[in-house]
Amino acid sequence: MADKGTEVHEELDYHKYKKKEEMKRQVITFALMIVFTIIAFGMVVSGLDKLFIIPIILVLAAVQVGFQLYYFMHMSHKGHEMPALMLYGGVFIAFLTVLTMLVLIWW
Amino acid sequence: MSNSIAQNRSFGAAMWDYLTTVDHKKIGIMYLVAGGFFFLLGGLEAMAIRWQLIKPENDFVSAGFYNELITMHGTTMIFLAAMPLIFALMNAVVPLQIGARDVAFPFLNSLGFWLFLFGGILLNCSWFLGGAPDAGWTAYAPLSTISPGEGVDFYVLGLQISGAGTLIGGINFLVTIVNMRAPGMTYMRMPLFTWTAFITSTLILFAFPALTVGLFLMMFDRLFGSGFFDASMGGNSVIWEHLFWIFGHPEVYILILPAFGVFSDVFSTFSKKRLFGYTAMVFATVLIGFLGFMVWAHHMFTVGLGPAANSIFAVATMAIAVPTGIKIFNWLFTLWGGNIKINSAMLWALGFIPSFTLGGMTGVMLAAASADYQYHDSYFVVAHFHYVIVGGVVFGIFSGLHYWWPKMFGRILDETLGKITFWTFFVGFHLTFFIQHFLGLMGMPRRYWVYLEDQGLDFGNLISTIGAFFMAIGAIVFLYNVVITSIKGEKAGADPWDGRTLEWSIPSPPPHYNFTQTPLVRGLDPLWIEKSEGRKGMTPAEPLSDIHMPNGSILPFVMSLGLFIAGFGFIYQKYDLAWLSLVFIGMGILLGSMLIRSLKDDLGYHIHKEDLEKEARK
Repeated sequence: MADKGTEVHEELDYHKYKKKEEMKRQVITFALMIVFTIIAFGMVVSGLDKLFIIPIILVLAAVQVGFQLYYFMHMSHKGHEMPALMLYGGVFIAFLTVLTMLVLIWW
Repeated sequence: MSNSIAQNRSFGAAMWDYLTTVDHKKIGIMYLVAGGFFFLLGGLEAMAIRWQLIKPENDFVSAGFYNELITMHGTTMIFLAAMPLIFALMNAVVPLQIGARDVAFPFLNSLGFWLFLFGGILLNCSWFLGGAPDAGWTAYAPLSTISPGEGVDFYVLGLQISGAGTLIGGINFLVTIVNMRAPGMTYMRMPLFTWTAFITSTLILFAFPALTVGLFLMMFDRLFGSGFFDASMGGNSVIWEHLFWIFGHPEVYILILPAFGVFSDVFSTFSKKRLFGYTAMVFATVLIGFLGFMVWAHHMFTVGLGPAANSIFAVATMAIAVPTGIKIFNWLFTLWGGNIKINSAMLWALGFIPSFTLGGMTGVMLAAASADYQYHDSYFVVAHFHYVIVGGVVFGIFSGLHYWWPKMFGRILDETLGKITFWTFFVGFHLTFFIQHFLGLMGMPRRYWVYLEDQGLDFGNLISTIGAFFMAIGAIVFLYNVVITSIKGEKAGADPWDGRTLEWSIPSPPPHYNFTQTPLVRGLDPLWIEKSEGRKGMTPAEPLSDIHMPNGSILPFVMSLGLFIAGFGFIYQKYDLAWLSLVFIGMGILLGSMLIRSLKDDLGYHIHKEDLEKEARK
């Protein structure tokens, strides 16, 4: 009986620990996302060169999408292989389409 | 029990039942009926085309009407016949093969069907309202954007609505196959037909948005004065070609992959062997789906993309021959040493191998970009794609219908009539299209309504037209077979073919909840495993308990009707803005239905354990 009690207790502790970790990560990503947004706005306000600002904003946006998907929409958890596959598949097709339009039509 | 109820019901009640059903089996039957109707319509258009070409400078139809015929033949056959018939088989079989009680989104399934049907009807309304679309099924700009009248508008709106239905259907099957497999049914235990349905649904998910975007751009160009495809306004007509073929090439794999799945199941069932090289078959299916997105520009070799782009797409196209070849050999090895039973389903499958291989060979020829400049827009291309689409998809649909008819309707299609259908259609098919390779090589161009005398084209065209009549006779015999079978056909048991997969473990036709108890799957060909270990059926994976089922709903029908009405409004507002009222009415109906669907709780109902037990004792 006693053994079982400690086991359950340990499991509870484990879950508590997991949840805490998860919360920590979410807070960190949330803070990072706010920082990214401030950086983006700051760059525009400071009036830097457009050619410099636009690529950086795009990169920041891509990272934010990643944060959103992996930390807030839980794609980092197990059992999300199929949605990930579909997402990347869709991104790949969209990339091909845009690339074609760029290379074959507008250049 | 369900039969006795059906006999006592009035016609109106039965009609209401089908209008509101969310049962995948009934939706499958509706897809079959609607797809079959459009198949006959497209066939009729084909016969008119062939009759016009029976002799040089024939005047059976006018040049303008001929353009409408070829456009509508292609559009109808691809979007309104082949795709729905594929969906009919998928609806009828996939949930049964994975041991599911229904699809993941029964309401969406029904919505997908009604959108397709109303889109198809809208498209065909054009015949009676001033002329059908006449810019070819590919609707290349600027021909399509300057085509007078409303024909191409009907093309745009009709395909937009039915395309939305197809997209919805595809997503539904994706989620169904990912989430609703019975315990033990891992991905690598799924029957090949389910696998191909899965890959096809993925292709639908990724390919149809390109069509949607293309059609929207064309809609704005034609109806709202934009200039996406108009060079004089800074647009570019080649954008349409890219968008159309980014969709269009995966589309042909959307059609052919489920047919491959049908053949895989048919070959293994009637050879009494498990499918040879199952893993390689799955791999080849995935690879074809993947490569299918990287080859679209082989339809555009003569546009002037440049030698680099042409070479890349030529090589990618030829690469597809590899997984397809893997499949052909695996089917042959499945047959090898098998205990082969040749019936109608098997005949179509056996006829498919040489026919499709011929189409594949000409495909590799066409993939060679430099040679394609010779073949382009000639009857050689017409012959090629009819060999792969008729020899692959249509044969696959016929094979699948013969194979699963007992499961869908509880009766076995007549074998003699089935064999007559096969032989007349098979002979007619080769008679019609084989000669067209040579007509094309001799220089006969596609889409021309007449040809001149004494250019070596007369005799070939005559043969081709005669062949078309054989195909028509075959189709009529099949229809007769369906009628005769439903009147006095042989009743089918649960497992008429000594089958291997889950659908044969339940009664024919299955009860509307499919499986009384969800089966436990212990390997590939689960029913065969149980049979070879001396059991009569599947071992249940769960105790007998209440079954939760979704309620029927008329909303999908009403929503589609709303879009149908709005479609007319969008088309005719270009003459008089008063027609916009139809847009508001139609969209109002659509949004109102969506609101009802969102606000009204519909929790479905339960079939109680006691009723299931009572049923079992009968």
